[in-house]
Amino acid sequence: MTLLVGKHTRAIVQGITGNQGAFHTRLMLDYGTQIVAGVTPGKGATVSQGVPVFDTVASALEKIDANATIIFVPAPFAKEAGMEAIDAGLNPVVIITEMIPARDSMVLMAYAKEHATTIVGPNTPGVITPGEAKLGIMPGDVFTPGGIGVASRSGTLTYEIASYLTHAGIGQSTCLGIGGDPITGLNFVDVLKMFRDDKSTDAVVLIGEIGGSAEEDAANYIAETHYPKPVAAYVAGRAAPPGKRMGHAGAIITGTEGTADAKMKRFSEVGVLVAEVPSELPRLLQQQKAALIQH
Amino acid sequence: MKLFEYESKSLAQNLGINTPRGGLASTPDEARDIHKRIGGEVVIKAQVLVAGRGKAGGIKFGSKPEETRDRASEILSMTIKGEKVKKVLIEQKLNIKKELFGSIVLDRANKCQTVLASDQGGIDIEDVAKQSPEKILHHRLDPVFGMRGYDARQVGLKLGYTGQRLNSLTDLLSNLYRLSVIYDAELVESNPLVETNDGKFVTADLRVIVDDNSLFRHPEFQERAKEASGEVTPLEAKARENGLAFVELDGDIGIMGNGAGLVMATLDMVNHYGGKPANFCDVGGGANAEHVATALQIIQGDQKVSRIFINILAGITRCDEVAKGIVDVKKVVGLKKPLVVRMQGTNFEEGKRILNSIGITTLEKMDEAAQLVVASKVA
Repeated sequence: MTLLVGKHTRAIVQGITGNQGAFHTRLMLDYGTQIVAGVTPGKGATVSQGVPVFDTVASALEKIDANATIIFVPAPFAKEAGMEAIDAGLNPVVIITEMIPARDSMVLMAYAKEHATTIVGPNTPGVITPGEAKLGIMPGDVFTPGGIGVASRSGTLTYEIASYLTHAGIGQSTCLGIGGDPITGLNFVDVLKMFRDDKSTDAVVLIGEIGGSAEEDAANYIAETHYPKPVAAYVAGRAAPPGKRMGHAGAIITGTEGTADAKMKRFSEVGVLVAEVPSELPRLLQQQKAALIQH
Repeated sequence: MKLFEYESKSLAQNLGINTPRGGLASTPDEARDIHKRIGGEVVIKAQVLVAGRGKAGGIKFGSKPEETRDRASEILSMTIKGEKVKKVLIEQKLNIKKELFGSIVLDRANKCQTVLASDQGGIDIEDVAKQSPEKILHHRLDPVFGMRGYDARQVGLKLGYTGQRLNSLTDLLSNLYRLSVIYDAELVESNPLVETNDGKFVTADLRVIVDDNSLFRHPEFQERAKEASGEVTPLEAKARENGLAFVELDGDIGIMGNGAGLVMATLDMVNHYGGKPANFCDVGGGANAEHVATALQIIQGDQKVSRIFINILAGITRCDEVAKGIVDVKKVVGLKKPLVVRMQGTNFEEGKRILNSIGITTLEKMDEAAQLVVASKVA
């Protein structure tokens, strides 16, 4: 079984003729992903990277069979691009675009929920099932197939940690970024649920960041459900200066300070293996595995 | 983008939200004249973007215009949590029956806006939230339909109001919500939100934070967004003008990387090996050569930087573009500080070749590079 993307994925690229859209369409094709169509308003009936381009998602689907999309369109148009994909029944919808207005994302996520569509991002590196397909901008060569599910709030740090795992001979089942924008589709808890039910995933790595409460929510979920698979985590930002705080209400609503130390502490309390630096993760996972075998 | 109290109140007044009568002063004499105009007793409030000005002495009272001038003079010479006070707001002192707390905040976890309210407003609201969280009312708003009249009424009812007062409070909450929609605010917060003795609700304080990602559709904030706020150092202001996410720190190792998470992890790792970062600098995803060159020049121009660690793990960014940026700096102004470059990912072979051609070796592992830059002797 492959989570979200795999050999079965037939994807559209929305914003395929832009600089980033075109470049990464090439890299996704090179990785073996089936990119079957592109959409750019006004560029219909042209071809980009050998892929036919359409003006709308609906018109693409009249000609071509597709089941997923990746969005590169600029932030002011991202909400509508997402809705267009949802209306067309594409699922998952991966949104690479960053810095989308919070109000737009809020409305888009509500629309996705109503249509039972999975949104990855915005501001995500995307999703990769190593050895099968990637819908994203991550460098494919740092990943290798295996049993670790990786979910991250950061883009580049995901590549960093995947590359440590790969060098240590630890492969990954699926790696995805939940997205760096304030409002995202999937969160850590959603991804933990997916990895729990995924037979190809043996253990999970969570890569967190200062701010918000995604890590605390994940920790609570792990504790409440007696999560059946080992989880390891790294939280970036111990040495970072205190981040943006949204007045009183921000602190109140998360119920936490949002610091890296507080998040790491909460993870430790619920039995998550916490790495001080990213390079420690492979060792933690190997120790865990050894301990499981002994028992 | 945080707005000052006086800016927030001016937006509120346009929507018919009650604010105390008053005026803005930059000098003690202006403060005195405003007091003369509005009469009665006044409150003098420092206009700063940092929170906690009350406890820092940034709020004082004046019963006569001359006294107001003296208090304003004191406040105008203050620096609150590193932010110099440049203006004071002079407002009529309200006849307070009760101090409430009311806010509409972007609720990331629930992907909606949520109303937070309490009948125990005032400067100790954070203590209330910590010690008795049940005294803070949470009311989630539908992300598509927003605040409906009955949402606001329900909040007012829970705060203990009925009859005409409930209607007044409902109107005020609805207008605060309207403000959040019109200006794409991630926070609208009134604390205290005052119930006066004559039955009115007035936003005695008001804070608005505009969602930075929405600024492109708000020409009314364009000029304001360019002004450096009191919380930004000159170096940070320069970097941000050039589109860099930049925070100045007090160490000596200049840091540049792509992606906030990676740069944060870089700071963590440099710290872990005993080094002290001089800054946080994220060139962002997809940075081109020019952007990298600008960042490098800003970092190497910082006096306290003794050496620089460039940490690139390219996805949407391309190593060859980063390398070209470094080459450009070498050609145009020269490389002024020792560099440690770590590169991996998209087009890394090409990036490595370009840097090797100007005599710079690149490393592939972040750990090794971090250890090298921490251990390297300053040239």
